[in-house]
Amino acid sequence: MTGKTIAEKILSAKSDSDVRAGDVVICRIDHLVATDGSMPMTIDYFERMGGTSIANAENASVSLDHYSPPPNRTTADLHNQIRKFAQQHGMSVFEVGDGIGHQVMMETGRALPSDLVIGADSHTVTYGALNALATGVGSSDLAAAMIAGRIWLRVPETIKVNLDGTMGDKVHAKDIVLSLVKELGADGAAYKSLEFAGPGIANLDMDARALLANMSVEMGAKCGLFAVDETTRAYLTANGSRQGTPVSPDPDATYCQVVEIDLSRVEPQIALPHQVDTVVPVRDAPQAPIHMIYIGTCAGGRASDLHEALAILRQGERIAPGVQMIYTPASRTTLSQVSKDGTLAEFVEMGGVIQTAGCGSCCGTCGVIPGDGINVISTANRNFKGRMGNPEASIYLASPITCAAAALNGRITNPKDIAS
Amino acid sequence: MTGLAIKGRARVLGDDINTDYIISSRRKRDSLDPQVLRQYLLESVDPNFAATVEPDDVLVAGENFGCGSAMEVAATVVVGAGIKAVLAKSFSRTYYRNAINNGLLPVICDTSAIKEGDRLSISLGDGFHVRNETAQTDLTAEPLSPVVYAIVMSGGLVNCFQSLGGFPDPAQV
Ligand code: SF4
Repeated sequence: MTGKTIAEKILSAKSDSDVRAGDVVICRIDHLVATDGSMPMTIDYFERMGGTSIANAENASVSLDHYSPPPNRTTADLHNQIRKFAQQHGMSVFEVGDGIGHQVMMETGRALPSDLVIGADSHTVTYGALNALATGVGSSDLAAAMIAGRIWLRVPETIKVNLDGTMGDKVHAKDIVLSLVKELGADGAAYKSLEFAGPGIANLDMDARALLANMSVEMGAKCGLFAVDETTRAYLTANGSRQGTPVSPDPDATYCQVVEIDLSRVEPQIALPHQVDTVVPVRDAPQAPIHMIYIGTCAGGRASDLHEALAILRQGERIAPGVQMIYTPASRTTLSQVSKDGTLAEFVEMGGVIQTAGCGSCCGTCGVIPGDGINVISTANRNFKGRMGNPEASIYLASPITCAAAALNGRITNPKDIAS
Repeated sequence: MTGLAIKGRARVLGDDINTDYIISSRRKRDSLDPQVLRQYLLESVDPNFAATVEPDDVLVAGENFGCGSAMEVAATVVVGAGIKAVLAKSFSRTYYRNAINNGLLPVICDTSAIKEGDRLSISLGDGFHVRNETAQTDLTAEPLSPVVYAIVMSGGLVNCFQSLGGFPDPAQV
């Protein structure tokens, strides 16, 4: 029998059996997480299923991030209901302003190498960057997991994504992942695991890896996984976390597909409205007018994203008249970092608007909503019609570098054309 | 164990119908009740869709049905509208799970030849049978794994936990 992929190894360990792609097994869970978007239904299912306590409450968290801060009375009341449930059952709560749950999970060592983490949110996949098999489920699955400490999972086939080389100037991890989405399509990895491998990974920091893992789900993947290396260990140490038990794939593991990406050939990319896989190189994109740039979300709201945007913004005198520029920090830690290093003030002085750390304007649940006919360029992961709360707005997805270039010119601009 | 039989009218949709199209996130701000939300079912695709849904309609989609977020209302709103099955060439994995757990039958089969309004019949007993009564054709559906079959036969994960207090034992079904 040939060797195993990372996903096969983790799910074998969690089901105490020897499993391969295609098997359906019931697995033990190391950590579970909900959001204020999914928790109300989870509580409802928990009660209907006859739940009385949470199997491993010390490893259960809920994040108040989608309605941060709550925009109306209904959502404020939902928050109170969630806090009450969490207190009663001993779950951790990430409060309004603590940030996006996925970012907090990584920063607080709740997702460690070889862990199986499930979350009632599709971007739970983000912690694959830390070698955790993390995957999104619905509220009913989460409620069942709370009661039983287990979940049924199909062991996924794996697509290996081999990265080689180093990214060029004004190219960002967002451009790598948009190229991959373009190549595989919005369902190209459906039910599958993406395993990122190859010498190019050594050149990617944890923010870049988190972005790649995060957007695995934009190709339908069940998870996006990285092995552990120096960068992972340094990240865990810096956050005061335990190191977990790293899992590497066997050299003779079976992959259903292998994709090769030469990082030195990746160009700035942009996803056009309203599909994440309608991706073109920015140099070939229509130079559409841009009215709003949005830096934020669990894909692109980290400190490094603001820094990369500022590096471009500094090349211009000022942003184009009429352009709104908004930043939502991914977490309280992110906010604190950009406050201390002065970049937050610099962004505000250039005309930027800051929102409460959390999901912000990502899916129209709180924060600024674009008006009719507005073109937004965003560091987010999704651009469905209506995604930011208005189906009459159009959303382009790009790196913070490309977003900043658009802010300077008031239209889509290849960042390579901005003099530096 | 008794089988499961569904008969209904095909409501044909395209590829990549995401959860936001099924039910918009902004509608969730005010209510999560499927009976309230059903009036907005698929409004971004067709504003008249909800008003023309009849009990026992079957959704028929292309590739990647239910992609996008994992939000479960996208499954419960369909159940709330009286729909018992979705046929698609493929599903997003979270939608597939949410459907199974809520007693909405997700059927993976080649839907390309199904036309709006076709009469369909789906049965699940010893095996999976899908028939287009209008076109008089049989469709091959992907079989369910034993664990999933056991959950479907209990009427979803909620029923399963209510009656068994936990996951089903596939060997017992
Ligand atoms: S930032 Fe956006 S994509 Fe990420 S968890 Fe929040 S709503 Fe979802």
